[in-house]
Amino acid sequence: MSRLNDTNIKLAHEVIARYPRPKSALIPLLHLSQEQNGYITREAMQHLGELVGVTSAEVYGTASFYEMFKFEPVGKYLINICGTMSCALMGANELMHHAEKKLGVKAGGTTPDGVFTLAHAECQAACTEAPTLQVNYRYRLRVTPADLDRLIDNLRDGKLNDEFPPHGVLSKVRQSIDATRAVGAKAPEDVNESPAWLDGKAAL
Amino acid sequence: MTIVDPIKETAPVDPNIVNITINDKPVAARKGELIIAAADRTEDFIPRFCYHPRMTPVGMCRQCLVEVETPRGPMMVVSCMTPVAEGQIVRTATDSVKKAQEGVLELLLANHPLDCPVCDKGGECPLQDQAFSHGPGESRFVEEKRHYEKPIAISDIVYLDRERCILCDRCTRFADEVAGDALITFTSRGNDTQVLTFPDEPFSSYFSGNTVQICPVGALTAKPYRFKARPWDLEQTESTCTSCSVGCRTVVQSSRDELVRYQGVDIDPVNWGWLCDRGRYNFESVNSPDRLTTPLLKSGSELVATSWSVALESAARMIRLALAQNTNSVAILGGARGTNEDAFAWAMLADKLGINQRDAQLGDGLSPDIFDLAQATIDQTCAAPTIILLAPDLKEELPVLYLRVRDSAQKRKSRIVEFSSHDSGLTPYAWRTMGFEPGNQAQVVREALATPEMKEQLARGEVVVVVGRANLAESEVFTLQALAEIFAAVPSAKVLPVLRRGNVRGAVAAGLTPQNNSGDAIDILNAAAAGKIECLILLGVDPMSDVADSGLVQRALTQVKNLISIDTMINGSNRNADLVLPAASYGEKNGTTTNLEGRISNVTQKITPRGTSRPDWMIATELSIAMAVDIGVSSLEDLSEKLVSTVVAFAPSSDGKSTNGDGVLMARETPVTISGKASKAVDRNAYNYRLVVSRTMYDSAQSTASSPSLVGIVTDAVIFVNPLDLARIGVADGTSVRVGAEGTNIVIAIKAHNGVHRGVAWLPFNHTGVDIRPLLNIASDVVDVRIEPIK
Repeated sequence: MSRLNDTNIKLAHEVIARYPRPKSALIPLLHLSQEQNGYITREAMQHLGELVGVTSAEVYGTASFYEMFKFEPVGKYLINICGTMSCALMGANELMHHAEKKLGVKAGGTTPDGVFTLAHAECQAACTEAPTLQVNYRYRLRVTPADLDRLIDNLRDGKLNDEFPPHGVLSKVRQSIDATRAVGAKAPEDVNESPAWLDGKAAL
Repeated sequence: MTIVDPIKETAPVDPNIVNITINDKPVAARKGELIIAAADRTEDFIPRFCYHPRMTPVGMCRQCLVEVETPRGPMMVVSCMTPVAEGQIVRTATDSVKKAQEGVLELLLANHPLDCPVCDKGGECPLQDQAFSHGPGESRFVEEKRHYEKPIAISDIVYLDRERCILCDRCTRFADEVAGDALITFTSRGNDTQVLTFPDEPFSSYFSGNTVQICPVGALTAKPYRFKARPWDLEQTESTCTSCSVGCRTVVQSSRDELVRYQGVDIDPVNWGWLCDRGRYNFESVNSPDRLTTPLLKSGSELVATSWSVALESAARMIRLALAQNTNSVAILGGARGTNEDAFAWAMLADKLGINQRDAQLGDGLSPDIFDLAQATIDQTCAAPTIILLAPDLKEELPVLYLRVRDSAQKRKSRIVEFSSHDSGLTPYAWRTMGFEPGNQAQVVREALATPEMKEQLARGEVVVVVGRANLAESEVFTLQALAEIFAAVPSAKVLPVLRRGNVRGAVAAGLTPQNNSGDAIDILNAAAAGKIECLILLGVDPMSDVADSGLVQRALTQVKNLISIDTMINGSNRNADLVLPAASYGEKNGTTTNLEGRISNVTQKITPRGTSRPDWMIATELSIAMAVDIGVSSLEDLSEKLVSTVVAFAPSSDGKSTNGDGVLMARETPVTISGKASKAVDRNAYNYRLVVSRTMYDSAQSTASSPSLVGIVTDAVIFVNPLDLARIGVADGTSVRVGAEGTNIVIAIKAHNGVHRGVAWLPFNHTGVDIRPLLNIASDVVDVRIEPIK
């Protein structure tokens, strides 16, 4: 099943209610769907389209803009090795070759057991700590081949489950907004007062 | 002493006029108008790809860069996104503007394959034309261009060549903004942006052909025209589409005396340049190899080709024989397919012969009295604060009217109040939708219009009722009764009658409607079935497939002694006719047509009629001579002259030029009021379902069925019920069930549909597969059916 499950449908309706228009909730819902399934499936996009009232094509058009939404199955751990200038100078290419040998897949591939996906990444904005990599978008810095071996072994043995949730999980603690603290969802055309920064002047 | 400027003093300043200069020439622009739109009224052409006057500007292509004077010197702006301002100074052809436009074109061409010699668009391509007029002439791009699989079919009709696409957002904007079918969209935005559908969900929009027409390159092409002709081989003439009664303005294009393409023409009062796919592509039926080329006369049990002189003599003999009994033993059905002139010629002939029984409708419309009520035009409808729908699904039956009404609900803040038995294409845009069970609409209307909220809405201004026959399985009485309720609540309401047949309004005005209190089409068929009609003339109609009650038609056609059919093809009704006369088709004749709002506009001939086929009016004229009751017409000009001078409604079209372009509205008599006949439908047994039978865009109508590109889109008949009712029946979605009414059963697949109200079963009419018409009995007011699982 790659439509949202019952728990997530309930959550989805909560998320939708936070916005003036249902389709504004599309990106949070795509994350929710990726968290549930590990990647964005066709059925998931169709379901989200039904939930927010847009066509499946529009869901796909939105989702496909974002590199972090995957449309093919991804391993439990997505390892992104940075290959941009600073990291390249500090041995990122050698690190990638080492990872390819260690995992037995080329960059972009997923191990047959579905645990690891290895990918090349552009600058991860941590140049002082080169070479860097990310496991499910969580950093490891100044990585040596030996570090990488240890990391992969530990991930495989489940020793790092606390630090690295499976691919798709955004955070371990779910954000929740108390109804009394919510600003309320009002469509722009229904807002009659001018925004605070306009200081009492007529709305634009 | 003050100096008085005489011009300033006398001419009042129009607050809606903004004075700007474009290339040093003064231009009066409208407030809020875009620079590019203002420039379009001058001689200075600003190149563009993404800008389209009927859609929201997006500034995608950057080709329309111009210079606008600012306090800090000239600034480059995109003229499709910049509104005019008082005193604005615009320059469209300075050196820096030229350099910028050349730069944009070079960029667009960098990824364009330049396969113009094999591209259908070559010769009429905005990219090609503007590369010549505003391009750099040479490219510096020497790298490998991108390659895509080509072409990919994004629907049954439209093909996409992604390499040629310049990402102008015209097709995707059209799909979303105009048609409301956002089935194509930009995907993988960024370096690899491309227009695509969702995987396995084709661009199955009723309006997909428009995207092909507005594509500024050859990225979107349509199957019926692909590789058929080159633009410089095309001949064209402006005409009016008669596929339905909206009356969209078109150009009809031909190559080597064969129709190859229709394109929409933008006129303000009607179609704004759009066409539906059925109207756009059913030209294929004109070219069909099944077209009749000679008259056919029955010899033994077969129809045998004969000459016109023999055929006309035979027709005259058949009619004369019948008239020898009495004038009521001859009847004419049809005439809504042809031009006003065709209908008028037949009406004159019928007048001369004393034939009163004639009807251009086939029992599936409304009483012609509807045309005598206070009328609204399409524009007036779309400008009204309240639009009441008491009509069939406009998206299915009158597609371009749907676009107009949708637009006014979306952008112009009209509110739609819909009364229907199942959701229509406009339901998502309706302010309020009131469901009713066929038979009780008058009550539903009365109660709905009495609520305080509705009263407040109705008081906001003009109220226009879009009224038509929504259900073929119910008597027209109920619709008229509901209409009378609306007039009781809003006496000042106007109506937009939406009867679907191409020229039904013109045919009725020209006289093809029951005369001297004789009966309508159904009465004629009943009389025929009772053996009272000796000679029946079918004027371009196929009642076997078009009348809801096929049993009645079957009995009528077998009882008629002499059946004369004037048609373009052999169909279910004229297969056993005694005489078939080949008629010239759309595109093969000149004349005028009348749309649903009473707008008279011309239809023009582009190609030679097939074989020896002739326009209907010519057949009527020749027949009148053969019967020695000459209607005194020797040419189409003669006939038009007679039409505009005899029939008051057509008088405004007396100047031939008035039917070009926007056309001209019919003259109207003082409107009358309506009072509904009180009638009450029998109560429905709670175990039964009340039947709604309505038409969809693609059905087995002759023009669709004989168009190879469209026939594949027609789906098999299915019955739809509410999901809760499906659960009650206890079968799975898509299984076959037994549907029975009054001793007749059919076996048909059933599907759940959220838009169908409980207790109602919806059957689209005239689809392939199962014949649903045995269920329909035109004599009963409503039809209730049992739905049972098959054990």
